[in-house]
Amino acid sequence: MSLPLVEYLLRLGDDRLVLGHRLSEWCGHGPILEEDIATANIALDLLGHATMWLRLAGQLEGEGRDEDALAYWRDEHEFRNLQLCELPNGDFGFTVLRQFLFDAWSLQLLDALTRSSHADIAAIAGKALKETRYHVRHSSEWVVRLGDGTAESQRRMQAALDELWPWTGELGYQDQVDQALRAEDVVPELASLRPAWDALTREVLTRATLAIPAGPARMTGGRFGRHTEHLGHMLAEMQIVARSHPGAKW
Amino acid sequence: MVDDGERLAVSGEREPPERTVALARAALETVLDPEVPVLSVVELGIVREVVVEGDSVTVTLTPTYSGCPAMYVIETEIRAALAAAGFGGVELKTVYAPAWTTDWISAPAREKLRAYGIAPPGSMPAQLVTLEGPAQRTGCPFCGSLDTSLVSEFGATACKSLYSCRSCQQPFEHFKAF
Repeated sequence: MSLPLVEYLLRLGDDRLVLGHRLSEWCGHGPILEEDIATANIALDLLGHATMWLRLAGQLEGEGRDEDALAYWRDEHEFRNLQLCELPNGDFGFTVLRQFLFDAWSLQLLDALTRSSHADIAAIAGKALKETRYHVRHSSEWVVRLGDGTAESQRRMQAALDELWPWTGELGYQDQVDQALRAEDVVPELASLRPAWDALTREVLTRATLAIPAGPARMTGGRFGRHTEHLGHMLAEMQIVARSHPGAKW
Repeated sequence: MVDDGERLAVSGEREPPERTVALARAALETVLDPEVPVLSVVELGIVREVVVEGDSVTVTLTPTYSGCPAMYVIETEIRAALAAAGFGGVELKTVYAPAWTTDWISAPAREKLRAYGIAPPGSMPAQLVTLEGPAQRTGCPFCGSLDTSLVSEFGATACKSLYSCRSCQQPFEHFKAF
């Protein structure tokens, strides 16, 4: 395993790269024009955040890999994103609910990282946090609108929540990577973020008339390179141009 | 009347203008945001520092939105403008903190936005994470009415949201407070 800090930055960057790519798959397919544009905008923000985290990861790794090398030239098992982020988009309700669950977590994590003892991490977190505030408002509005909507939209949102919930267990996953960095106040104890995430998700899901599934949320693996069968297919599409034409410029 | 021909001849032999911070800033003021072509990068507030050493200049920039594709165009145009102003070396640096805010857009620049048909940003609300959307009323840049409604918080570019005016029925863009 590489340096803990590099590993941690890959986790931050890959979540946003993979989820941003999933969102970008909606471009030209959105349910209405405004949402097509909004989804593409949020995808672009996430790609911007991924760029900042991966660039820093590459600099600290010191092996000459920039953000593009890390995005396009790593294979599936080298990606460190949450499995939640790589799931196929499903319908718009599924996409927007996944986005809300992630945004609500990202909001807490980025806020905590603004107090990191590592100046570059604090600066990037502060920048990304501002945009994430708009994201969570957008995704939460849609969760409420569709959950507390028609019988059909409510049924679909509840089905989406039932399917997504087990994947949220990985949000708080920690291991020796976190441990080493927590000792130096570079990163927060993830368990400390959980109450605020719980409160926000419960508030929004309750307003959306959705019932939180009773079963455990214990999917895990993404943080150490174990992924669902979906990531490889996504990466094949994401990386094909860069790998077919190495160094191409336009 | 002074003979223009003679003056030109004299100025032609003059040394090129001294490379100063003021010269660099004047060059930067000619670089417009490609997405909002009434504001220069200086008016937009993304130029954080200008340092001149000899004939080289270092400009520190901060991005507006993390994923804004216009930043690449802006950097290319800044390099070209500074080279045209006579700077031999141009170095661009990026800083993320303090994060860019629309509070750095000056009052005259806000007026330019309004005249261009984009409602300027309000001041930053104290509480950003509300689930209820923006509390401030956004005035229509065309008729001035405050009877407007938010269509979408994400417009044609990351920095703008979409509104519609109930008074004059005109859709318009709003530069988001950020």
